[in-house]
Amino acid sequence: MARQRLILFLPLLVFIGVVVLFFVMQREMGRGEYDPQALPSALLNKPLPAFELTDLHEGRPVTSDDLKGRVALVNVWATWCPSCYYEHPYLNQLEERGVVIYGVNYKDVPEKAKQWLAEKGDPYALVLDDRQGRLGLDLGVTGAPETYVIDHRGTVRMRYQGPLDERVWQESFAALIEQLQAEAQGAGA
Amino acid sequence: MSRLLLSALLGLAASLATAAIDPHQFETVEQQERYQRFTAELRCPKCQNQNLAGSDAEIAADLRRELRRLIDEGYSDQQIIDFMVARYGEFVLYRPPLDRNTVLLWAAPVAFGVVGFAALGTLLIRRRRSAADPEPPLDAAEAERVRRLLEGGDELSSASRQPVNGGDSR
Repeated sequence: MARQRLILFLPLLVFIGVVVLFFVMQREMGRGEYDPQALPSALLNKPLPAFELTDLHEGRPVTSDDLKGRVALVNVWATWCPSCYYEHPYLNQLEERGVVIYGVNYKDVPEKAKQWLAEKGDPYALVLDDRQGRLGLDLGVTGAPETYVIDHRGTVRMRYQGPLDERVWQESFAALIEQLQAEAQGAGA
Repeated sequence: MSRLLLSALLGLAASLATAAIDPHQFETVEQQERYQRFTAELRCPKCQNQNLAGSDAEIAADLRRELRRLIDEGYSDQQIIDFMVARYGEFVLYRPPLDRNTVLLWAAPVAFGVVGFAALGTLLIRRRRSAADPEPPLDAAEAERVRRLLEGGDELSSASRQPVNGGDSR
């Protein structure tokens, strides 16, 4: 009889369990520790996809080989992207600190992009004109801004979705970049 | 009122249905069918739970365009799936292959089914057993207590907490 009574409480217990689960998830989302939209990059630890595009400024051809050899960020951006406005000054700061950043101008109008860089500063060592979004597709980009970290061999080591700022940099990038720099020096020595 | 609501809902459904139609003429009906099958089965990477056919996201439009190109160029089904997975991971597949990460996803419905049917089975067996084996008639002492309870009296306060036939009747 007592056991039968307990079974009656089973749905309640399951319900409480689910409530606790959702509560914990909500809290982690609030703290930024869990993001239901985060999607692991399919490119992780794979080489940067091969491409043949042109340089935004001079129109000369650029291939994926031109991005290899240095630890760098590959930043996907566009003038239509509101978060890119927010992110841009921080990219300028990173460039001043000596971080190599390659830009992928994603599905944009080249004239607008050039004007943006002229007005707001150009933190990019190289800007690729990806107006068709083909490279973006090969990278698995779902929106802008997105930032990929590549090592000296041109292998993708991390993908970050969303704008960069100092907090994000310290949390997700700083240690990895340091490690990759060490790897690159080890390989060069 | 309900007619108003209905027409509003229908209007909404219609606008959803037309959200993602891109004009394109395939050469064969078979290509058209493959396109429709893939847009139904591939998930938009930007959206949490929408297929390519239903999503109005920029990236979904790009992937539909790419899908049309792949079909026009004669890619096989497996090549199309590989193309999408190489870029966006298995997230884009509404029917991911069975592996370590997805075993829970595939096994859970079966497990729920097994548990459900087991519970239903025990319930039915128990019910049949209790139907085949009705409660024994009251003995003389019990009948006396019932009679006194029905007539009222101070029995209620002292003995009412004891079950009448000493067991779970249901």
